[in-house]
Amino acid sequence: MGASHSASEEVRELVGKTGFSSDQIEQLHRRFKQLSGDQPTIRKENFNNVPDLELNPIRSKIVRAFFDNRNLRKGSSGLADEINFEDFLTIMSYFRPIDIAMDEEQVQLCRKEKLRFLFHMYDSDSDGRITLEEYRNVVEELLSGNPHIEKESARSIADGAMMEAASVCVGQMEPDQVYEGITFDDFLKIWQGIDIETKMHVRFLNMETIALCH
Amino acid sequence: MGFQLRVPLSPWNWLLLLVALKSSGASSDLNESTNSSAQHDLNVRFAAASFEPAETISVFSLDYDYVQIPYEVTLWILLASLAKIGFHLHPRLPGLVPESCLLIAVGALVGAIIFGTDHKSPPVMDSSIYFLYLLPPIVLEGGYFMPTRPFFENVGSILWWAGLGALISAFGVGLSLHLVCRVPAFGLGDVTLLQSLLFGSLVSAVDPVAVLAVLEEARVNEPLYMMIFGEALLNDGISVVLYNILIAFTKMHKFEDIEPVDILAGCARFVVVGVGGVFFGVVFGFISAFITRFTENISAIEPLIVFMFSYLSYLVAETLYLSGILAITACAVTMKKYVEENVSQKSYTTIKYFMKMLSSVSETLIFIFMGVSTVGKNHEWNWAFVCFTLAFCQIWRAISVFALFYVSNQFRTFPFSIKDQCIIFYSGVRGAGSFSLAFLLPLSLFPRKKMFVTATLVVIYFTVFIQGITIGPLVRYLDVRKTNKKESINEELHTRLMDHLKAGIEDVCGQWSHYQVRDRFKKFDHRYLRKILIRKNLPKSSIVSLYKKLEVKQAIEMAEAGVLSSAAFSVPRPAQRIQETKRLSPEDVKSMRDILTHNMYQVRQRTLSYNKYNLKPQTSEKQAKEILIRRQSTLRASVRKGHSLPWGKPAGTKNIRYLSFPYSDPQRAGRDARVADCTGNNDSDSELPSSPFYTPSRTEWLQERRGTQGIIPMKSLPRGGKLPSFGSQRKTSRDEHVGGGGRAALRPEPLCHTVHEERDSGEDSEEGASTGGSRWSAEHRPSRGHHRSHSPLLRRK
Repeated sequence: MGASHSASEEVRELVGKTGFSSDQIEQLHRRFKQLSGDQPTIRKENFNNVPDLELNPIRSKIVRAFFDNRNLRKGSSGLADEINFEDFLTIMSYFRPIDIAMDEEQVQLCRKEKLRFLFHMYDSDSDGRITLEEYRNVVEELLSGNPHIEKESARSIADGAMMEAASVCVGQMEPDQVYEGITFDDFLKIWQGIDIETKMHVRFLNMETIALCH
Repeated sequence: MGFQLRVPLSPWNWLLLLVALKSSGASSDLNESTNSSAQHDLNVRFAAASFEPAETISVFSLDYDYVQIPYEVTLWILLASLAKIGFHLHPRLPGLVPESCLLIAVGALVGAIIFGTDHKSPPVMDSSIYFLYLLPPIVLEGGYFMPTRPFFENVGSILWWAGLGALISAFGVGLSLHLVCRVPAFGLGDVTLLQSLLFGSLVSAVDPVAVLAVLEEARVNEPLYMMIFGEALLNDGISVVLYNILIAFTKMHKFEDIEPVDILAGCARFVVVGVGGVFFGVVFGFISAFITRFTENISAIEPLIVFMFSYLSYLVAETLYLSGILAITACAVTMKKYVEENVSQKSYTTIKYFMKMLSSVSETLIFIFMGVSTVGKNHEWNWAFVCFTLAFCQIWRAISVFALFYVSNQFRTFPFSIKDQCIIFYSGVRGAGSFSLAFLLPLSLFPRKKMFVTATLVVIYFTVFIQGITIGPLVRYLDVRKTNKKESINEELHTRLMDHLKAGIEDVCGQWSHYQVRDRFKKFDHRYLRKILIRKNLPKSSIVSLYKKLEVKQAIEMAEAGVLSSAAFSVPRPAQRIQETKRLSPEDVKSMRDILTHNMYQVRQRTLSYNKYNLKPQTSEKQAKEILIRRQSTLRASVRKGHSLPWGKPAGTKNIRYLSFPYSDPQRAGRDARVADCTGNNDSDSELPSSPFYTPSRTEWLQERRGTQGIIPMKSLPRGGKLPSFGSQRKTSRDEHVGGGGRAALRPEPLCHTVHEERDSGEDSEEGASTGGSRWSAEHRPSRGHHRSHSPLLRRK
């Protein structure tokens, strides 16, 4: 970041909006520029520059999450074509570690935001429910790293998981009742006992990181 | 010195006591009567015999000296084992009292008996025996059963804490005691600085593994558990290294004139010894993993390879004056992953059990020794020394815990709370390690050895009994953050997803983190190491073979069910309904989770519940498996003869119907369900024999199923071919893993449909495949079909 006045103004604005510190913002800006090739926006193709991402089984979902309008808070469905730095930071802010100093309410809010991000990852068609197909899709992707497990196993696991979710969320079901999918509230219920806040974070270091330039 | 047994003695223990008394009494009587000192050579025996004129040939005589050592050792071990049995028979005791309490109590008891009967105990323990034979199994077992993933996640904190903690504690205690010794009033003037330091190092050797069982019972959070475990693992190594260095210093003739150069050399040596040990361990680990790659045809020697190489790593490291303990630990950790994949199932079990057995034996012997030393005349009680030792141990441990964690918390994303730190402080229970080191102090260099031994014993007894027993209540009182071990598939899935998500985001940010180091290592591992070290043509992972076996089991169950009359199967609907609301049974969930854990992109091992003294018992599922496998072959044979199975027939034969999982694709479901349901039932009636047939077709099945576990609740066929209604009021029978949550009949489309065999060889019959269990031939009349499937399926063990 240059020493220009407007740049630091922007930074301050971003600090306010996203909660990152200015050092972190600078780091991320550098990274953004690397990814975008010095362009002001990033497109999906730019993510191909991250070689390690290739090996990630849920690569497509992650990339998609960056462009998801719901995550960017720009709408309730659909994908953006390109994102600018502010959007990039918005997505990254979902992964900030929860500050111990925050009070209970804020912690709950953060938690909900993180869980919402996750929910959007599962719910690819933006209909507000995670249907079985979507769930299956996720499980297949997760298991895709292992050649021994075939699709059927993935499906059964997804089915089983769905079953479980249904019993957690809905409990006793009438004989003719149909469980259509996991809504966000159900999703919250499932995650009730688990400390997501301890798991879903990335350490954005303030110091010079060893940026993995490839 | 009197000693009170605080372990409540159950009736079994009284029995043991009697046995022990009798045997010890018997042995001491014999000893006295033969009127000889502890050991005689064979020669001496013969010589003595030849000197005396033998007048008659005695028909019955006893020769106790010949067998004394092994005999007594065996008796001790047996006694300890019987005590353990008694201990575990009590329902709540193992969770409250650490097992080392029990062992120490037994040791003291034996000591009391030996002392009381004035029997000279065989010198089983001396320096070389301890370091060469008794110590390695204990360390090997600790390293082998270490849960690797949590360890490496916290490795920074663990190394920082274990390494520096031991050092701070050792030097702190040593120096403080030295200051105390300077005070003339205590009569400790002849204890030099080096001796104090040495004593400090040996008394700081903690062995908190003893409390791990108690902590696990209280379900403390994973990082805390791992921290304590890691400390236990590394502390031995560090203490021994320190001990040896200080002994070397002590032996230097000019020890009053130790230069700073020597001290620096000592530090450098410390590092070299540690790192060198680990290096050798890793090398040997790889070698042994490599060798197990070729042992396919001679699997009986696999455990031997594992043990010999580990032991060899220890010995080689010791030869070079490197840390054998760290070597053997590193060897175990490295070796484990590859060896587990290479060796046969039985060898794997053998290795586990044998390891536990060896370490158990070693530890028992050490504790017995401790007990024997306790009750005896060779004590030197010095009030000041003992009390100050005790006090300083606690003080310095507290200092090291709080100081070191204060620092490491700055670097951790999720710092350890003060409560966690208190628990870590309080878990500083000493054990066999410190006693051994004290016992083995060379008397020539340490004229006041007895005092040291006494003080060490006091610290051990105090920490094991007082701290060990009260740590459970303390954890509960402090309400330390617990793990949420939710046994659910969802949790597993989500956590995995999270891991990948994190990795992905970190990649995008270009951050370097723990996670990525691990990632890189895994890639390296996959690309190179596994190719070299793991056998080729490995049959599909053990998970898949597990599934096969479970499928067969299901088949057998169904076969059995077929024997029963159909009347018995009109299971009342309400009962089923109730069943449905149950969640997936723990075994089902567990098996599903097993698949997930083993096959997801990154293998993650949860912290296993590590119990030093026991292995987790097998689930009954596995036992059923065994039975199954034995029976399957007979069944298969019988079926083959009896019927021409449709399995081999080409596509086009609609033979077996599988009830598929409810969520099949609508179009397929619609098309097939109706057709299949209505017609299939009647069709194949004649074609297939009853359920046992499934068995032979196992292989096909397996193809179709592909080891899917956890099948989903399926809907049963409606009677008379009526279309299934959803809502799964029928039982959600699946394989034995019947999902209780059948209620979630998820889609309104025709869910149930049967898969025909003609469908492309199972590729497509995902649903069918997935349903696994419920493949009962639709030939049976639907009602019987379901019911039959109901009962065995519902009948979970």
